[in-house]
Amino acid sequence: MAEEIDIIDQVTQSDYKYGFVTNIESDNAKVGLSEDTVRFISAKKNEPEWMLEWRLKAYKAWLQMTEPTWPNVHYPKIDYQKIIYYAAPKPKKVLNSLDEVDPEILETFKKLGIPMEEQKILAGVAVDVVMDSVSVKTTYKEKLKELGIIFCSMSDAVKDYPELVQKYIGSVVPVRDNYFAALNSAVFSDGSFCYIPKGTRCPMELSTYFRINEANTGQFERTLLIADEGSYVSYLEGCTAPMRDENQLHAAVVELVAMDNAEIKYSTVQNWYPGNKEGKGGIYNFVTKRGICQGINSKISWTQVETGSAITWKYPSVVLKGENSIGEFYSVAVTNNYQQADTGTKMIHIGKNTRSRIVSKGISAGKSQNSYRGLVKVNPNAENAYNFSQCDSLLIGDRCGAHTFPYLEVSNKTAKVEHEATTSKIGEDILFYCNQRGLSTETAVQLIINGYCKEVFQHLPMEFAAEAQKLLAVSLEGSVG
Amino acid sequence: MLSIKDLHASINGKEILKGFGLEVKPGEVHAIMGPNGTGKSTLANILAGKEDYDVTEGTVTFQGKDLLDMAPEERAREGVFLAFQYPIEIPGVSIANFMKASLNEVRKHRVLQPLDAVEFLKVMKEKMRFVEIDEKLMRRAVNEGFSGGEKKRNEIFQMAMLEPTLSILDETDSGLDIDALRIVANGVNKLKNENNAFIVITHYQRLLDYIVPDFVHVMYNGRIVKSGGKELALELEAKGYDWIKQEVDATV
Repeated sequence: MAEEIDIIDQVTQSDYKYGFVTNIESDNAKVGLSEDTVRFISAKKNEPEWMLEWRLKAYKAWLQMTEPTWPNVHYPKIDYQKIIYYAAPKPKKVLNSLDEVDPEILETFKKLGIPMEEQKILAGVAVDVVMDSVSVKTTYKEKLKELGIIFCSMSDAVKDYPELVQKYIGSVVPVRDNYFAALNSAVFSDGSFCYIPKGTRCPMELSTYFRINEANTGQFERTLLIADEGSYVSYLEGCTAPMRDENQLHAAVVELVAMDNAEIKYSTVQNWYPGNKEGKGGIYNFVTKRGICQGINSKISWTQVETGSAITWKYPSVVLKGENSIGEFYSVAVTNNYQQADTGTKMIHIGKNTRSRIVSKGISAGKSQNSYRGLVKVNPNAENAYNFSQCDSLLIGDRCGAHTFPYLEVSNKTAKVEHEATTSKIGEDILFYCNQRGLSTETAVQLIINGYCKEVFQHLPMEFAAEAQKLLAVSLEGSVG
Repeated sequence: MLSIKDLHASINGKEILKGFGLEVKPGEVHAIMGPNGTGKSTLANILAGKEDYDVTEGTVTFQGKDLLDMAPEERAREGVFLAFQYPIEIPGVSIANFMKASLNEVRKHRVLQPLDAVEFLKVMKEKMRFVEIDEKLMRRAVNEGFSGGEKKRNEIFQMAMLEPTLSILDETDSGLDIDALRIVANGVNKLKNENNAFIVITHYQRLLDYIVPDFVHVMYNGRIVKSGGKELALELEAKGYDWIKQEVDATV
């Protein structure tokens, strides 16, 4: 069967090769998705043949797949033929001062305590060349280069490090893994690539934040991060500032590879536009994130703070292949108004003495729905595997929902798996009690939320943790009272 | 300090307070007694600012300000403290964190500098000894898994921390054994001074063996029907409430 498909692939592909006509002078792809679109994107990016072949394989896989309906989220059917899959990064309209920026966004910046210079970058205001973060960025780049650390855009990596990309892309999240991963593989626009050489400890938090001005990564982001033997890296994705985007559908793929004794810490703060209070608009965020602990004693740790997007569908996972490897997942997912989140993790124990830890904190407010979905799988050969899962739900008000879907598949008798779950509610009685002690409702909610999320926040890099706290407060503003 | 005049209040259209009046001066302890369902807890909740009630008539003035016009947190910062009949559990927030936030809000209102962690801990330990509360409880979430007695002692601890001008104790004695009762009462007695006042709502005379009131008021059917000194409490203990009910009902 698979062979048959391959043959069909080859035939159709070659047909298309000759029939392929496109105007590559144009900056945008035509509306809709076809093999032409994929070729157009690849040509636009001057990609080598193997990359195009890989994309086309993904496209064909995608055609045979169907959109998943199992997540606990509801949205109107997406018409994939009405989406523009590639638009050349348009230079944003340069503003002359912060006075020209949407006051609502400025207000949020203020609440988050973002420094004035950073506000300007984020809002697209023209800044001086001598501006701090630019020089910081340059210093960072030189330092990384000295250590042999590669940190660049995915597009550059395809050109400059083709052997690394070719070896690892799709090795953790195969093209056919799921509907959105296949789509991403076919049409990914850009993303980040990172390689930490053997025995190297990356001396700073690597952050997409520093690349924010360089590339508009767009709606189909692809990230690949490889930590070679004995290396360590902490990677930050996203930022706490509100991100507005014209594109409604986002389908990113992130792949992590940790070799022997390597450790990857991957932190995300996601604050995409969640839609308005009536549930209009907002981003659909369908992300596939997975890491493989390939080597012995390796460790991958995901920490995420998810407050944005109208719909979130996301399960950062770890495949624990190397002996004694460790997988961790720390998550805070906040939904307010009409937001829907179905998020969690998968811990796949394959190697001996592998350990995993899951701490998930869901917060639902308004009329939102928040689901935790997690799989712990212990394969027959995974002797002495150990998992601990803690899944907590917090409800604010009485019109929202929290759901927990834990899945356990244990095929080895020596495995130890522990699961704890709690549900609590911030109701009027708690708020009145806090008010009676002089605390405003906003302060009370913040206090409770921070206490509740402490276990996750302490895994974030320090300055990020402080920002995340404020972000939660902003996200939940007006959710009570 | 506190002046309540002809207060009428209802919940879901049902009138609970029917012309309640009370004057409280600094340094005084008032006990409010009465049978179940006469509006004692309603009064406490209205003074603290719980939203469920509609005040239809009357005024409440606290230190010259219209109390009913203030949000619950403003009342608290102005110095009104309610020791809850059923203290609420706050998941994930330690008592230490809770009280630090609370005390610093109140201090801000009094134009005082917020306490830093070291100063705060010092004050907290001192007040904890005061109500004989176990230090280990301070790291636990507020009231979570506390016994009935621990919850009530925690209320008195919070009162000691915030040093309110007017403290309202809503059946703080209910569900307490004799030792806990003594500790709670000692706490109140030590906090008492010429500048603050207490309204002690209770069902039984028992608490008043330990907290000696200056005035005892009997509440029935939404208002005060009899007032007197501490001996009135003893009379009630001996004779029950029926004679009062009969007296009131006869005059209607």
